Amino acid sequence: MARKPTRPARGSGKPRRSALNGLGLPKTEYRGRPSTLCKGCGHDSISQRIINVAWEHNLEQHNVVKMSGIGCSSKTPAYFLQGSHGFNSLHGRMPSVSTGAIVANRQLEIIGISGDGDTASIGIGQFKHAVRRNVPMIYIVENNGVYGLTKGQFSATADAGQSMKYHGVNELPPLDICIESLAANATLVARSFAGDPKQIESLLSIAFKHRGISVLDIISPCVTFNNHDQSTKSYAWGRENDLVLNIVDLVPPAEEIQIEDYESEIGIEMHDGSYIVLKKVGENHDPTDKRAAEDLLESAREEQKFITGLIYVNEDQEDLIEMLDLTETPLSHLPDRKLRPPEAVLDAINGRYAPLGTA
Amino acid sequence: MEQIATVPELTISDHIVNDFSLTVATANGTGSQTSNLVLMHALFNMGIPVTGKNIFPSNIQGLPTWYSIRVSSEGFLARRELNEITVCMNPATAVEDMAIMQPDGYILHDSAIPVAVRRDDVTYIELPVKSLVAPFKVPTALRAYVSNQIYVGALAWLLELPMEEIHRALQQQLKGKDSAIQLNLEVAQAGFDHCSETYENLAPWRVEPMAGFNENRILIQGNTAAALGAVFGGVSLVSWYPITPSSSLAEAAADALPRYRLDPDTDKPTFAVIQAEDELAAIGMAIGAGWAGARGMTTTSGPGISLMAEFIGLAYFAEIPVVVWDVQRMGPSTGLPTRTSQGDILSAYTLSHGDTRHVVLFPSSPKECFEFGWRAHDLADQLQTPVLVLTDLDLGMNLWISEPLEYPDEPINRGKVLDAEQLDELAAEWGRYRDVDGDGIAYRTLPGTPSNWAAYFTRGTGHDEMSHYSEKPEVWEHNLQRVQRKLETARGLVPQPDIVRDSGERIGLISLGSNHPAVQEARVRLAETGIPTDYLRVRALPVNQTIRDFINDHEVTVVIENNADGQLHGILKLETDVPDHQLVSSRRCNGLALSARWITEQITTITQR
Repeated sequence: MARKPTRPARGSGKPRRSALNGLGLPKTEYRGRPSTLCKGCGHDSISQRIINVAWEHNLEQHNVVKMSGIGCSSKTPAYFLQGSHGFNSLHGRMPSVSTGAIVANRQLEIIGISGDGDTASIGIGQFKHAVRRNVPMIYIVENNGVYGLTKGQFSATADAGQSMKYHGVNELPPLDICIESLAANATLVARSFAGDPKQIESLLSIAFKHRGISVLDIISPCVTFNNHDQSTKSYAWGRENDLVLNIVDLVPPAEEIQIEDYESEIGIEMHDGSYIVLKKVGENHDPTDKRAAEDLLESAREEQKFITGLIYVNEDQEDLIEMLDLTETPLSHLPDRKLRPPEAVLDAINGRYAPLGTA
Repeated sequence: MEQIATVPELTISDHIVNDFSLTVATANGTGSQTSNLVLMHALFNMGIPVTGKNIFPSNIQGLPTWYSIRVSSEGFLARRELNEITVCMNPATAVEDMAIMQPDGYILHDSAIPVAVRRDDVTYIELPVKSLVAPFKVPTALRAYVSNQIYVGALAWLLELPMEEIHRALQQQLKGKDSAIQLNLEVAQAGFDHCSETYENLAPWRVEPMAGFNENRILIQGNTAAALGAVFGGVSLVSWYPITPSSSLAEAAADALPRYRLDPDTDKPTFAVIQAEDELAAIGMAIGAGWAGARGMTTTSGPGISLMAEFIGLAYFAEIPVVVWDVQRMGPSTGLPTRTSQGDILSAYTLSHGDTRHVVLFPSSPKECFEFGWRAHDLADQLQTPVLVLTDLDLGMNLWISEPLEYPDEPINRGKVLDAEQLDELAAEWGRYRDVDGDGIAYRTLPGTPSNWAAYFTRGTGHDEMSHYSEKPEVWEHNLQRVQRKLETARGLVPQPDIVRDSGERIGLISLGSNHPAVQEARVRLAETGIPTDYLRVRALPVNQTIRDFINDHEVTVVIENNADGQLHGILKLETDVPDHQLVSSRRCNGLALSARWITEQITTITQR
């Protein structure tokens, strides 16, 4: 999938930010209800990134569904894209509900919002199976290493050795969302930081185009329970240690791409003909190389390095809907005549189970 | 088929025709299923009312299995406690199988199995299985399978069941596999010939072709019929997790959907079947589909129902249609996975925490499994709520003679769903949980509806009419009262009970589900002894006035069910205000289907009080 160095066309391409997007809508149309999270919460910053990208990409809100489980992060779908259906489901069970929804209507764009408790603790099973099925959706983990709504218990991504006022010391090693995803054969894995709005937005742009599930593990500090400087999930730690791996840019199929030799850039073709133009910044990492992605994540874990950017992408793997080979028309839109076979079919079935009669 | 010379010519009056039970004892994994199904179908094809019950272990190979076949000229299809003929093919259970044989019974046994205590009051027919099969060139791996045909032939001899019927039933079971059909038939013939050459047939039981019962009937498992009902009910997603005794329902759906539900225009599937990672995901997927406007269903049994409780509560409170089939087995806990029970009635009715009551349907025959297979989806959509269909292992996994499956007599009903045009007209008037019609059922919208007014936020948390989060006491009360109003609406929408009145208001029987044939038979026996009864078969919860009236109309009503706690009785007690002595519980729970004999004894005792 990696191909010759490319770079995007400049100048003619991107529209400048203006008051109205391509659908003639102001950005305020993409807002949600006022957030009830703590002031300064990383999650609110991520909500804003979703609003920006949806507005910029002229997303039709009625085709988007916002899915979540339970927890602080799972409340956030109420705070963006007011024109989209939302479903605040059960703790750790958003993946299965999302799977059912996309099977019902393959035209939906699913944005799933989860947290580290919702995904890595109670929901690790459903999470990994949604990844394994390559359910076409964006799966954002707003990862802060702590339970917020229940007041500061450790989650499964909490740092080993970390102490909490009422809960003592966490003796257990953290689960790494990106490593878990790759182990379950994820087709897009990225890590980011709520303090890096630009990177989140560019990763989101790619995620919207990805064939299958996009796992975005976004470190999103909890200002109330886990923002002290030693926490690897704090703003300070993030700002100081963020090792940006690459900078990605989405070039839609319609736009021309100039292909030039350019050492640190690669172009990755997406399933719909878009291109990811990826500029290497940190380590020399090819995100289409799965073994390299695994090595990268393992060594980052060993060395406690906070690498961010696009870690792995695979556009060759069929998504769940393709595997099921469903009708192009969403199942939810099928007319009754396609949902109920004619009476003659049942007559034939009854015939199969009828007695032969005496010989 | 020519008559065997050694069988004396007897007039019909000398024989008991088409009325007996026989049990075949084998070890599981030895392929006795084909032999038993051949016997079942041969009898069915001859027009004889027949029931087969597979009493099998939770195991793959080597543990005891019994298959009981009852033929009844009167058309009674319930389990019978008496057993006239036993075929002993399993050394592990032979001692007991032979010991419990009733007097005057016949025991057909593999000669490799010795008779431990020879009784004077039973007849033994020895089958030298090994030596009879030896002349056939059978691969070792298939030897045990084919050997079972020896008892098929022996029974054909004993019952004067024409070998031609065995041949035709083999052709049905082993469609197109000509060499296998031939081999099995020859082995069966060897069993037949051995008996006819060795013994004089003095047994009193015979089978004879019969008219008037099986015509216009089918022989099918409840699970198969249920799956077909869903197929004709427009199910779009079957998400499930394997669990006995429900797996064959999901598997039947996975088999039938590609046959009958490809898009006629594009040949593409209009459905998905997903084997989930667990029951939580299975119900979650079905709910996700229902929320997004496609019919979702899952199939499970008791342990799965327990796991699904939280999700069912969400679907109840967020008001999302979903259908759950619970093919009940013995609980509590893992219980007896391969034995039947009706132990989930109470937990299904009130599944999940908080104040919840659900629509629960109780089919009693394959025909009704089919009907509830599609109707459950209509009800779920109309009421925007989970519908649980409770069947059991006995109905689900055994073959039943049933009336044919009946094509739905009403079009698919998707309930109150607003489209973009309606929404644009209503605009801010519309609220997801606003009761406009007074029936407690609000209008819903589907994601993907191209209107600025379509979106709402679905949640299991407290919400107002606009589906906004609210912790206000009056908002909570208002909303939950509406949901309860919906349950009142449900009372009129669910399948009404079946009622037969014969007793003149003295004794009423109430039962449900697969108990039906046993109750029917018991009513005939009771009437013969001068105890006429009325009978109400509950087909759904919540109960309605018809059921209350039936109870009020009778001096005493007995609730007959297959569980230890008298769960339906308990629900009826809660929902009616009759005194204790007027509503009595008769329950049994031992892993077997109820028998007419037990019911008859129970009712007789109660009437003598």
